[in-house]
Amino acid sequence: MHELFTWVVEPGFFTSEPVRTAAVLGGVVAVVSAVVGVFTVMRGQSFGGHALGDVAAAGGSGALLFGLSPVTGFVGLSVVGAGVMDMIGVARVRGRDLATGIVLGGAIGLSALFLYLGTTAGATTGATQQVLFGSIFTTTSTTIPVVVTFSVLALGAIAVIWRPLLLATASPDIAAARGVPVRLVGLVYMSALAVAVGLSSLTIGAILSTALLIGPAATALRLTRRMSSALLLAAVTGVAATWLGILLAYDSYYWGATHQGLPVSFFIVAVIFAAYLLTGLPGRRTAARPRETAAQAPGATRGQITA
Amino acid sequence: MFASFMINTWAVATIVAPVAGVTGFFVVLRGSAFPAHAIPKGAFAGAAGAALLGISTLLGLAVFSLLGALGIGILGRRHGRHDVATALTLVMMLALGAAFLSRTTEYEPEIYSLLFGEVLGVSSAELLPVAILGALCIVAVTALYRPLTLASAVPGIAEARGVRSHRIEICFLIVVALATAMTVPVVGALLIFSLMIGPPAAARSLTSQPARAIALSVAIALVTVWAAIAASYLSSWPVGFFVGTLSALSYATGRSWAAWHHTHTAPAAAPALRTAPDGT
Repeated sequence: MHELFTWVVEPGFFTSEPVRTAAVLGGVVAVVSAVVGVFTVMRGQSFGGHALGDVAAAGGSGALLFGLSPVTGFVGLSVVGAGVMDMIGVARVRGRDLATGIVLGGAIGLSALFLYLGTTAGATTGATQQVLFGSIFTTTSTTIPVVVTFSVLALGAIAVIWRPLLLATASPDIAAARGVPVRLVGLVYMSALAVAVGLSSLTIGAILSTALLIGPAATALRLTRRMSSALLLAAVTGVAATWLGILLAYDSYYWGATHQGLPVSFFIVAVIFAAYLLTGLPGRRTAARPRETAAQAPGATRGQITA
Repeated sequence: MFASFMINTWAVATIVAPVAGVTGFFVVLRGSAFPAHAIPKGAFAGAAGAALLGISTLLGLAVFSLLGALGIGILGRRHGRHDVATALTLVMMLALGAAFLSRTTEYEPEIYSLLFGEVLGVSSAELLPVAILGALCIVAVTALYRPLTLASAVPGIAEARGVRSHRIEICFLIVVALATAMTVPVVGALLIFSLMIGPPAAARSLTSQPARAIALSVAIALVTVWAAIAASYLSSWPVGFFVGTLSALSYATGRSWAAWHHTHTAPAAAPALRTAPDGT
């Protein structure tokens, strides 16, 4: 029995400091990402959610260059980016994705510049990799209070606006007719998204940021159409995937002859991807088909042009 | 900047820009901005894997970009949510890339140039494969032009005429995959999509006729890449920075012009592909 246990959980797992930090940070970020992610998927803004991760990473490389704190860089530029996207923002999804793409392109260009200036000015080898991929095992426990604070803020904002947000997502016209300030609600949502993605991009890297934002939420929305169930399921899925991924990554150092292990981001994404695929097994008709889901914004289904 | 060692760069840029301009027209028309971003980014993971195995990075790029296209197309079709499919396919490929990269340490300088483009990094040996892939893309788009335009603009009528939109989607994504794989050497994986969005969007803001829009898109793309290379050469700043910035500028200019034009002229009679005031 003990042998089976150590086969699953390699020695030292529960006492390892980096693992604990990763589990706490990862868990918090997973919950926030999942909650915000449910609305993101419903609003068809997966591109925006992903783009802000890259914008945040650009902020990170800027922070590295200008000697600012990483949080300022990641969260700051992410919020600015969200603001610009919202400003250019147009009602139709197609135009919105274009605007997102343009802002993203600009941000990536900035990222290129910052990283270039950073490597010529100082010695920052591996900076590109670090900024782009991040690592849950290298963030220190001192980041936890900041992360928790901002997470509470982001969740709080969503909690305040969630009803009008839901209505505005399902039908902007009806919402407007009922007096919901649709643009304002959208802006608050974008800010919460920006903060959430900025945090996740900082702590767990840009890849995981998108994965934890979209994956668990999309999986949950395929299984249930009730808001509360979806939020809960997404959060549970996100945390479970994160912890399982951390465990597998830790164990992977004991696998094979080279004892090198594989990055934790790989395992977490693999688990999330697998979970999403599982919801599509034959015999299970989707609980939320595209045309029936609460919020498929007009034109969000690919190929439809309202000419 | 026209020294012999730069000739290759100018040559590649002149091949890359038209392909980006033509493919990008349909990317903008179909609202496929996210796949146009996701496919090259995922392809980068393949380049990392190729480097690990010691084979040509262009091959790794091509294979993974095709995998990405298929992943997005098939997953998107099965589950009906293309943006979710794109996001998840992308992160899965990036995660694979991270796994590959973790196994090798000698890759850092190449990562940067693959991601953001490298003015000086184009060898003569790359010119021919790039040109061939580019020609393939143009041929494919020409062959698909009618069904693609129909399926993009009026899907209902296209279906009625026997155009299978799912097949067109997969074919189009494959074209995007090829286009992005071949254009990475100069522009970089992260910014090729900028070239496929900014210039075509600007072109569509300026004219609503498809043929003119495509030509204009190619022209703007050419100017963008040339200017970016020149600026990068003179300042030593990365070419990708200029591509991203200039693409955003052309988009902004197009939108502003369209808005100004809209308020200052009477509505014309309805042409084929009318651009909305919001620039789409």
